[in-house]
Amino acid sequence: MVKKIFSGGYVFLVLLMLYAPILLLVAYSFNMSREIGIWSSEWGFSLYAELFSNEDIMQTVLNTIILAFVSATLSSILGTLGAIGMFYSKQKTRKILNGATQIPIINAEIVTAISIALVCTMFAFGRSYASLLIGHVVLTFPFVVLSVMPKLQQMDNNLYEAALDLGATPTKALFTVIVPEILPGIISGFLLAINLSLDDYIITTFTKPSTFETISTYVFDAYAKGGKSSSVPALRALSTIIFLVMIIFVVVRYVLSTKSAKKKEMKR
Amino acid sequence: MKSLRFSRKQLGIPYALFLLIFVIFPLVLIILYAFTKVDPNGSFELSGVKVSFSLANFIDFFSKSSNIRVLFISLGLAVVTTVICLLIAYPLAYILARSNFNKNGVMLLLFVLPMWINFVLRTAAMKELLFAIGMYSSNKLSFVNTVIGMVYDYLPFVILPLYTVMIKLDKSLLEASADLGAKPASTFFRITLPLTVPGIVSAVTMVFLPTTTSYVVSDTLGNGNVTIIGKIIESQFSTMFDWHAGSAIAMVLLVVIFITMFITNKFTDDDNTQARGNGLW
Repeated sequence: MVKKIFSGGYVFLVLLMLYAPILLLVAYSFNMSREIGIWSSEWGFSLYAELFSNEDIMQTVLNTIILAFVSATLSSILGTLGAIGMFYSKQKTRKILNGATQIPIINAEIVTAISIALVCTMFAFGRSYASLLIGHVVLTFPFVVLSVMPKLQQMDNNLYEAALDLGATPTKALFTVIVPEILPGIISGFLLAINLSLDDYIITTFTKPSTFETISTYVFDAYAKGGKSSSVPALRALSTIIFLVMIIFVVVRYVLSTKSAKKKEMKR
Repeated sequence: MKSLRFSRKQLGIPYALFLLIFVIFPLVLIILYAFTKVDPNGSFELSGVKVSFSLANFIDFFSKSSNIRVLFISLGLAVVTTVICLLIAYPLAYILARSNFNKNGVMLLLFVLPMWINFVLRTAAMKELLFAIGMYSSNKLSFVNTVIGMVYDYLPFVILPLYTVMIKLDKSLLEASADLGAKPASTFFRITLPLTVPGIVSAVTMVFLPTTTSYVVSDTLGNGNVTIIGKIIESQFSTMFDWHAGSAIAMVLLVVIFITMFITNKFTDDDNTQARGNGLW
């Protein structure tokens, strides 16, 4: 009994540590005080009004979301191609490709960032939306490959052969047999890619055009470099909204995955 | 109309090309930049600038005492952060894996959820909290603040791999050990700990490298008093505009990373190798 209370208390303490900064921001986003540590007696939504009337921040949010979706889509296509190509290659080729795929995962982000900056300068398209996209694709595609690979391993290889025997072209067999089988892997790779792209600061800052801002670079500028510090209170409101969206997303995904797990069990 | 015919492995060709141009070639460029210096009489051009081969970048880096200091600060920061993360996460993962707190995985979900929230935003939130409780009163606290921020940011990445190995732990081994008369402490040190080493190793690789190179936390929380290796590379590129010197430091880092990976690969099993994305789903 004592043991149980002790371990419960410990779990609670660590949770408190993980959520304290977030909860503090949420609380202050509804307070009229512009500085954390000082409570104002007035409460309200004025920071939210400030946030939505700040065109800079709104543009930044839009930039971040579009970049995440476009780069994750490109990564998913590239990663799926790579996973299928690798899986059906000779062992030697597969080993080499697999090793190269691991590089961006193992490497420090700053090294990846400067290496892409160097390449983009050499190819003379400098810092542009193209270099930014390339940066984000390099950051995220290995994770798509890693999510798709296990699905290919689980797949029944005879299905594809059967499709060919029944007269399907390789292209048709690919899209009607292989892709549907590995789709769950592609989807989780896509979501992972979105998450990594939304999260990234270092690669973004080395590859983006100078006038382009994402949430990460904007917040970093406001909190670490001291530029844009007047928008710090509005950013509290933005953080609260992001926290809420992420909580809803994770909970919905959790509920869906437990439901499908139950269905699978019932089938058995 | 003839339909496009290709075999499955040919799909790997565009992928291989992408890897070659945007993964392998960029690293070759770093090495090339590291071993060259801008030189008007240089023998060849890199991105339109005349350069010549030289070891000056490496010599300059290692002969500056301020750089050596940064190396030690980075290492110290990484060791302290990693040890604290392990000390907090190990018992936690043990409790989550062994007790019924985590029946439907909901508890684990609560611990993983922060990974989904923007890293820079979480660091900013930590700055506001530290400010509110008066941790910015003295510059002496900069290092402590940075450690707190890093532990806070990386803790979920340590909990997950530890939880993954602990949930796979065969309970009958622990029971057997107790039945044969081992005390709980001895069961822990001779059974539990050795069997969870792969989890510890992958947790360490996930925290150690970012703490020495990702300067987001140290810049946001360190009040300008904590400089890490990643930050010197960044400033060589964005403020000093000496790409050659920056590449040399990056290359040193690259060599260290690959040696470490070679060693740690011997400790971990295959499903623990996917560093950052591991187990998020």
